[in-house]
Amino acid sequence: MTSHKIIARFILGMALAAAPAAWAQQSHIGSLSGDGHRGQELYRRYCVGCHGPKGDGKGENAPYVIGPLGDPPPRNFTTGTYKCRSTPSGSIPYDSDIYNTITRGVHTTYMPSWRALTPQQRADLVAYVKTFSSRFKNEKPDPAIAIPAETAATPDSIARGKELYQNTLKCGECHGASGHGDGPSAPTLFDNLGNKLPPYDFTSGLRFKCGESDRDLYLIFLSGLDGTAMPSYADFLKGDQAWDLVHYLRTLQINTPNAGKKQ
Amino acid sequence: MKASSRFARIIHCLSGAPVLLLVFAGMLHNPPPAHAVPAFARKYGLPCSACHVGWPMLNNFGQVFKDNGYQLGNDRDSPITRDASYFPIAVRMTPMWHRESANNQIVDATPGDASVEAGRAYSTAGFDLSGIDLWFVGTLYKNISFSVLPSSDGTAAFHFENAFVRFDNILGSKWLNFKMGKYELDLPVSEKRMLTLSNNGGFYYIYHFLPYGDSNFFGGIGDNQLGVELAGHNSNSYTRYAFSVLSSNDGNPNTPYGRTMDYYGNFDQAIPAGSLGYVRMSGFGYFGQSPTYYLTTGGAAIPGTGIGNEPFYRVGGSVRWYMDKLDIQTVFLHGYENGYLANGIASNTGPLPAGDRSAQWNGGFVETNYAVTPQLVITGRYEGIRMSQQGSESTASNLGDLDAFTVGYRWYPMMYSRAGLAWHQEYSVVKSQGVGNIGGVFAPSFNSQNVTSSSIFAGFDFAF
Repeated sequence: MTSHKIIARFILGMALAAAPAAWAQQSHIGSLSGDGHRGQELYRRYCVGCHGPKGDGKGENAPYVIGPLGDPPPRNFTTGTYKCRSTPSGSIPYDSDIYNTITRGVHTTYMPSWRALTPQQRADLVAYVKTFSSRFKNEKPDPAIAIPAETAATPDSIARGKELYQNTLKCGECHGASGHGDGPSAPTLFDNLGNKLPPYDFTSGLRFKCGESDRDLYLIFLSGLDGTAMPSYADFLKGDQAWDLVHYLRTLQINTPNAGKKQ
Repeated sequence: MKASSRFARIIHCLSGAPVLLLVFAGMLHNPPPAHAVPAFARKYGLPCSACHVGWPMLNNFGQVFKDNGYQLGNDRDSPITRDASYFPIAVRMTPMWHRESANNQIVDATPGDASVEAGRAYSTAGFDLSGIDLWFVGTLYKNISFSVLPSSDGTAAFHFENAFVRFDNILGSKWLNFKMGKYELDLPVSEKRMLTLSNNGGFYYIYHFLPYGDSNFFGGIGDNQLGVELAGHNSNSYTRYAFSVLSSNDGNPNTPYGRTMDYYGNFDQAIPAGSLGYVRMSGFGYFGQSPTYYLTTGGAAIPGTGIGNEPFYRVGGSVRWYMDKLDIQTVFLHGYENGYLANGIASNTGPLPAGDRSAQWNGGFVETNYAVTPQLVITGRYEGIRMSQQGSESTASNLGDLDAFTVGYRWYPMMYSRAGLAWHQEYSVVKSQGVGNIGGVFAPSFNSQNVTSSSIFAGFDFAF
């Protein structure tokens, strides 16, 4: 092999190695524009321990963050699949969805809130995290799910929500009749990577994995949590039914002082 | 090593008789207990760099974590959520080589013959050990945390550097957190988490300074104190406050000095600066009193019975700018000591002698830290103190003024979530005005000379 060929192959190899970082290096959240190069350094500082240098969720601590409570392992960014989105099931998220997850953390997991970072730093992280999956290069997010104005949390609404939860949608099969996450199907649930993933225990607090407001909860019903056993109910919930379900679920949060109150 | 005892020696040197700055520098040679807790990294699976610019110096994420009572707040903080074998202990020590030198030191002209003295510069050097920190810190339950830090000097003589229990998010509010015990005051720039370790550079002078002739036992706001603290913060700790009520004993157990209370408060506000990071501003004040004499028995002071209390205070402000990789931290402090304290006179002896008065000074430092990468941090600092009023009119107006320069770097060859290791190199030089051989009899030509001392430090700082 001539030296020219060696050099050419070396250059080609370097270019291919750098390819994942050469696109989707930006994010846009409101007036913020994130830069992937800055995000890479931040990722190395803050995220690499769990999510790993390749973004595959195989950081050095990944085996340990599951803990005695069976918490989910770190997200594998290479699949481009995200739980917390404002987009329909199957779509990639908006940059703002990833930004919001970084900001608030994921309750009852080891993903903390990174609100301590500046907004610019969080936007930079979003830009870098996107480079791990080619989906952000090849796809556009679907239009965001429209959320209508919240209806009143009346006793009738709560009763309708209870009917949906207990009988129509059979949420209790996984989450349990009283919302403790102990339904008969609970032990059989796994995420898309084969990790055991218990259903959410509504009594654990006022927050959910993807937010804490009623709107966040509404969105979860419509978007589903992609990559988990929690499907989207967009095809099943009509009119104000999702709000009825929100109002009923709030009554299951018995361990929190504000349970049942409008967020 | 206990900061208060270290500075008690400094005070003694500055207010007393023959000064052997080099000797005391050698005696002090233990980096102050510095706070970096691999136990937390192990608990949460985060690398050291998540909480530290370079350990032990906190970044804002680490500050929020600390302000939350060492909690991330995801319902995974209580020990019951961890594997039963998890134990919250961290160990830190620093084997090192260091060299200390100073000029205008008084020595016997002929070794062993004390009748003739001479002034000269000399140095000492060698391999050495820091003290060790054995830090137990963590959560007892959700929103209840604790800390116990037995710390030693290089000879393994231990004391409690801190020990407290803390209750967080009282009434569900981040603005109400209560702590009791011995702890570091909420200073604008933490001395326990500084990136410099040498004899001359391992502390902030303005946090401990006392004027020439002062008798106050107070070792400064840099010393951990005993008391209670009410503190609060918003969700990203951009707005913070802390208020402490403290026993007037400079953090020493067994109440050896006074029975009164001191007060300390700090308010800290950060302002976002877009892509340029954020700027923090704070104002702080320590208002205390110190006894000038004691009840006695057989002529000897009875510990803890200090009376004739006279006031002193430290007030100041800070502006710190945190950019991407660079931070610039400035702190200003004004100090005041009542005339009785400033001149070492019991207040039951009547009015102050003519010419004696309160002592006041101003000081500050500018420190920059540049994190080239999370594994390499370069640091530099200038610190200055200027007396604005000596306790005695007859004292030279610049006696005790000092200028200190420190530069160094820390390289963290590995960075993960189980332990930390840093290669640390540092150079620090301090010039003190007129403190050489104060009051010396045998070598008057060397009296009140300026003293310049320097430290060179190289060592491995490790924490597990």
